[in-house]
Amino acid sequence: MKSLFERGPSLRTRFLIALSCAGLLLFLDHRLNTMQPVRSFLNTVVAPIQYLAVLPQQISDRVDYILTTRTELRIDNARLQNELLELEMAVQRLNFIESENDRLRQLLGSDVRGSSRRMVTEVVAVASDPFSHQVVINKGSTHGAYVGQPVLDNRGIVGQLVSVGRNTARVLLISDQSHAISLRVQRNDIRVLAQGTGDLQKLALLYIAHSTDIEIGDVLLSSGLDEVFPEGYPVAEVIAIDRNEQYQYARVSVRPYAQLDRVRSLLLLWPGNVDEQPVFEQQSDSEEANNVD
Amino acid sequence: MWIKAGLIPLLLSYLAALVLMVLPLPPLLEMWRPDWLTLVLIYWLIAIPHRVGFTTVLVLGLLTDILMGSGFGIYAIALVVIAYPVLRHFQRLRNQSMLQQIIVVGMLVLMKRAIVYELEHALNGAVFNITYLYPVLTSMIAWYWVYLLLRKYRHRYAIR
Repeated sequence: MKSLFERGPSLRTRFLIALSCAGLLLFLDHRLNTMQPVRSFLNTVVAPIQYLAVLPQQISDRVDYILTTRTELRIDNARLQNELLELEMAVQRLNFIESENDRLRQLLGSDVRGSSRRMVTEVVAVASDPFSHQVVINKGSTHGAYVGQPVLDNRGIVGQLVSVGRNTARVLLISDQSHAISLRVQRNDIRVLAQGTGDLQKLALLYIAHSTDIEIGDVLLSSGLDEVFPEGYPVAEVIAIDRNEQYQYARVSVRPYAQLDRVRSLLLLWPGNVDEQPVFEQQSDSEEANNVD
Repeated sequence: MWIKAGLIPLLLSYLAALVLMVLPLPPLLEMWRPDWLTLVLIYWLIAIPHRVGFTTVLVLGLLTDILMGSGFGIYAIALVVIAYPVLRHFQRLRNQSMLQQIIVVGMLVLMKRAIVYELEHALNGAVFNITYLYPVLTSMIAWYWVYLLLRKYRHRYAIR
């Protein structure tokens, strides 16, 4: 049906042109990986949208904060003081053990591990696409973030950065279907690979022989062998093992320690062996400045 | 000059749709999030097809790709493919009853999500999960309000 005043190329031609444009971009990005600069530029362009999306939450947080009463604050303060005391005691012990460990490593002739630097960051947006578990954080290349940087929360490893804009960066969660992480079992140092399943509460271990000594409740730590994640951080706990001989490998499900479904504040980590440096903002951002080792 | 009338309100509606796509929601609601961008696009394609065409669809699709972090062009392809039947039959769609429109919109959203899944499956080995199709239902329900709201909006700001 041609309308009287239709001008220019026909609908089908325009459709095919648009489709081939999109297809070409897909090809360039996926097969040739040439779109990285464009992506990082567009990431900066869409950053305002992400900030807008998180605005209601920030306002409600602010209102919450204003409405907190003095008593609540006092109770909170006392609790935090107690927690701080306990943590400080734990750190004293840790410092001692760390220096002892360094000395022992020197005696053995192996490298002393460099200390890592950290920066607190906030999540500004989540991608709702179940095929890509990603969140966007409010730190970017101006803060020294780099692609492949490990991201943690207070319980364990969350994921790694996959693209970095100027003031935002994108974190690929360990639960993403395209993400795998090298782990070891804390109890007996068996090396395993954990791949995301698209379910925030579950990862799957790959290539586990039926006879492997893994039990429900085993703690899995990052192994450091992937050279992305530093060694020794808690990642997941074994929750189910299916040793059905029908399958070539045992099916082991593990649950991440990090609360991937409610991430708000995250920690960017600069391991000791990387060249990139965190760049802290000039104004005394006490929260961040305190996190430098 | 008159054809530019209402350009800013039009852009604002796209912006609102994009923001709604990435608005953080509790995990329980997260999987029911309607496909706002597709709904808003379908409405404008039906209402003002002489202004909103494949270029708009392509640009918005690429922006969604960036926002979602999916491969560049996946959403763009899916949106362009569903824009074709809409543009082809916009006059018929305009005159359909709300129930018929809801069914058509449901099919379009289903088609879009199927294309996105197929591309993700082919390129990144994604695994299908039935929860991925829940938004089709919520999008159908949301269409009623999106349609009424955007029609009012269009008349209010004289977007022609």
